[in-house]
Amino acid sequence: MAAGSADKFSVLLPTYNERENLPLVVWLLARTFQESGNNFEIIIIDDGSPDGTQEIAEQLEKIYGSDKILLRPRARKLGLGTAYIHGMKHATGNFIVIMDADLSHHVSLYFIKQKEGNFDIVSGTRYKGNGGVYGWDLKRKLISRGANFLTQVLLRPGASDLTGSFRLYRKEVLQKLMDKCVSKGYVFQMEMIVRARQLGFTIGEVPISFVDRVYGESKLGGNEIVSFLKGLLTLFATT
Amino acid sequence: AQGAGAGRGSVRFSLLLSFQAAMTKLGQWLCGLALLGSAWAALALAPPGLQLPAPFRQALLPLPIYLLVTFGCYSLATVGYRLATFNDCQEAAAELQEHISAARTDLRRRGLRF
Repeated sequence: MAAGSADKFSVLLPTYNERENLPLVVWLLARTFQESGNNFEIIIIDDGSPDGTQEIAEQLEKIYGSDKILLRPRARKLGLGTAYIHGMKHATGNFIVIMDADLSHHVSLYFIKQKEGNFDIVSGTRYKGNGGVYGWDLKRKLISRGANFLTQVLLRPGASDLTGSFRLYRKEVLQKLMDKCVSKGYVFQMEMIVRARQLGFTIGEVPISFVDRVYGESKLGGNEIVSFLKGLLTLFATT
Repeated sequence: AQGAGAGRGSVRFSLLLSFQAAMTKLGQWLCGLALLGSAWAALALAPPGLQLPAPFRQALLPLPIYLLVTFGCYSLATVGYRLATFNDCQEAAAELQEHISAARTDLRRRGLRF
């Protein structure tokens, strides 16, 4: 059986106020999947965005078809972890792609071929190979590298980039991890990788380019740093 | 007394290995520090009858501080190096802009009202 033709990729896109970016992300994904000949679906989980994201999503559903664009909105902002759980219930693919809808991860998607290395998880990394960032000043880069160094020392996670949120999981692997993980927000992303390694899942890495938000504000203030440290220490003490 | 000390050390080590899977990272660190700390204390603060020769003791006593400073220097050097080699993706950004305009054109053609 040809492995390529049997695989289906379900992309989970939680959105909140992504009216500008959503059509571009969907277009990029659709084009990449069509070019590589892979079966796919995009599940848009909008948390009641006030800027009309859902309306744009409905238009995209008409353009691409309701077998390719699945709208599974929620009434209000309920958080990333539950968005993934909600999205997974409707996913019919055997591979799940998790990514941000803000165009920050330049989607070169050859990582999908990377899964042919038979990894359970493929994670995008900004820190290895020709991965990198665009539009970051020195301060932001320093904070990022410093935080990552601390993470490596404390957690020894077996992956070079834990806070990126561009990942490919086998569906049953994601299911198992979501049952085990308890953190909130992006610390949840970190916890997934740490737990995955503990459970013996294989993790492949692919360099990605993190282009700073095309539309909208990118947040990295004192608050974010403090909550990152709190999350890191919690993982340190509990995993 | 030496034999008993070595025996205790190896038992501790194998226990550590078997617990590592179940232990949290914090637990592993505490265990590791306790192990190294007690070994250091036993050797550096031994009573006069069991002491190592003077040069060894003199080197051993400040060893924890030396290790800490070494780790600090290593950290600074590593983060500095990684900061300096942090890739700037000019082509990716340019490519993204191209994709964005292609996307807008195509979607408009297909009837999307932005």
